[in-house]
Amino acid sequence: MIAPANLIEIRNLSVHFEGKRQFVRALHGIDLTLKRGEALGIVGESGCGKSITWMAALGLLGSNARVSGSAKLDGQEILGASDEKLSEIRGGRIAMIFQDPSSSLNPLHKIGWQLGEALRLHQGLTGEAARKEAERLIDRVGIANGRQRLGEYPHEFSGGMNQRVMIAMALAGNPDLVVADEPTTALDATIQAQILDLLDDIRRERGMALVLISHDLGMVSEMTERVAVMYCGRIIEDTPTADLFDHPAHPYTRGLIAAIPSFDGPRQRLAAISGTVPPPANLPPGCTFAPRCTIVDIGCKRAVPMMRPAGTDPRHRAACEKLDAVLPTITPVPTAAKPNAVGIMQ
Amino acid sequence: MKGALSARELKRYYTLRQRGSLFSTSKTLKAVDGLSFEVAPGEMFGLVGESGSGKSTTARLLLGQIPPTSGEVWFGGDKVGSKPDANWRRMRKRMQMIYQDPLSALDPRIVIAGQIEEPLIVHFPEFTPADRRRRVAQVMADVGLLSHHGDRYPHELSGGQRQRVIIARALAMEPELLVCDEPVSALDVSVQAQVLNVFADIRERTGFTGVFISHDLKVVRQVADRVGVMYLGRIVEMGTPDEVFHRPAHPYTKALVSAVPRTGRSARSRIILVGEPPNPVNVPSGCPFHTRCPEARSGCRSLVPELVASGGRAVACHLVNNPSFSGGEAA
Repeated sequence: MIAPANLIEIRNLSVHFEGKRQFVRALHGIDLTLKRGEALGIVGESGCGKSITWMAALGLLGSNARVSGSAKLDGQEILGASDEKLSEIRGGRIAMIFQDPSSSLNPLHKIGWQLGEALRLHQGLTGEAARKEAERLIDRVGIANGRQRLGEYPHEFSGGMNQRVMIAMALAGNPDLVVADEPTTALDATIQAQILDLLDDIRRERGMALVLISHDLGMVSEMTERVAVMYCGRIIEDTPTADLFDHPAHPYTRGLIAAIPSFDGPRQRLAAISGTVPPPANLPPGCTFAPRCTIVDIGCKRAVPMMRPAGTDPRHRAACEKLDAVLPTITPVPTAAKPNAVGIMQ
Repeated sequence: MKGALSARELKRYYTLRQRGSLFSTSKTLKAVDGLSFEVAPGEMFGLVGESGSGKSTTARLLLGQIPPTSGEVWFGGDKVGSKPDANWRRMRKRMQMIYQDPLSALDPRIVIAGQIEEPLIVHFPEFTPADRRRRVAQVMADVGLLSHHGDRYPHELSGGQRQRVIIARALAMEPELLVCDEPVSALDVSVQAQVLNVFADIRERTGFTGVFISHDLKVVRQVADRVGVMYLGRIVEMGTPDEVFHRPAHPYTKALVSAVPRTGRSARSRIILVGEPPNPVNVPSGCPFHTRCPEARSGCRSLVPELVASGGRAVACHLVNNPSFSGGEAA
């Protein structure tokens, strides 16, 4: 059942945050696998747990977080691993790029020093060798005049340049996976295009896996092969990117797509999803999307729906009780359907 | 009743003093550098551009919150002044602004209904408390807030609800002009759609004149009747959203449009501009875009292009306005 090609296997990952008065459950059993070299997009609105999933797997959450479940890297459990082992994995096997580059860099140290530190920790390079490698990396991420710029501080760089430095630092450990958490949200449109282009180039060139966390469905569709949609701490749809827009299955996914203003088609009134995301401390029973759903019925509130096949592609899965009601209207003539996929569906 | 808005050769420069000696030179930051446009009564004009292109400075100039270095703003036949006199207060009543970050635009210690009511006390002294309460209840219903929200404090509301409060507060004045500076940028997609729909509904009912500033081309296309694309304090292209976004003429607009993430397209088809927008302190000579323009000729370095209108569209580019533009081959 478990293919050995999986780089990451997350099983039933849950996170609770313990407060003084309350106990908030942020993640409700995430199951997610990632193949070597795969580009996966994680989409969802703020607070849905898209960042927490990866922070929890890498042990980056604070001491008030209770993490349970399993996260395996190449078959080895990393959840609850020793600090020593985790520091080897962080940066070395899995690198993270965050939204705001200037707050991820140390303002007191020169860019070259910070890049050199990453190289020393992950590749054991020092002195001249580290400097050479730093220059090579900074050149690779498209910063001209590298030698001089390595001697500058983060405040002398623009936001886009700092994000390039973050990418260079992520590459310093030669990771198998880069997790990019909203890497271009703080950047301008033309700079965003540059950074996405760079990430895509580097991923292909090194055969790295990429997890792109974003609220922007359009951006994710351009950059990834597969997309997981999250809502209220659960994955509610997992699909090849091509299917996401052609045959979205979950009502939430379809609502999200309809809520984006169109850029090319005719201008029409937006189909907004009514209501708001429920607070994590006070989730509705059963399907968490039920109060905002247009096709909800009494059964939806009984139990949390399981992920099940949702379309002609067996890799396309969604967690909705009413898929059967939804699918015929959105799947135009499923002629090439595999018999077993259809069988489980009803 | 509704007036037309007109910006005429608006400029706003900031002088930056260099640190150092007493006789050190000072530099000029040209935040807005010769902006002219007209917004017809009831029209929604969209302004797009990257950070530092002068969008927000333009918004503040339009409302007379800061004085222009030169140029004028006219609204509904009156000049918009920036001196806080009686005339300025009268104009204020007719012009309202919606800000990007609703939490910092609200007072954390006053309940929602109180905040929506406050400008009414200032600008409509003839209203009785009952009148004001009626108006507050009316605008809250208009933007889709429930009556019990009025007793809440800002921190008790979600981001989308807070933005609705800001909109309600602006609408309570029944403004003729509404300037919106990135009103939906801080919101999630599903909530953004709700707020944009609220805008559309209210516009249909009250017919206000609007300026809508955003970096998100998709959002601007959704709401605007006409758009202007800004680069380093100038408008480089202006026209209807469909013209400008579907058949962009200016090389900068082309790149901006191609950078919009779109479904079902590979990332490879983007036009990638080299470098970053220059600092507005050091605006390049000639065409301000020539340093990043993939089609620049040598003449673009020295000659400043004018915004030339033809039909409903205006473009500030030598290559578009003068197909036989000399100045040598691609530089």
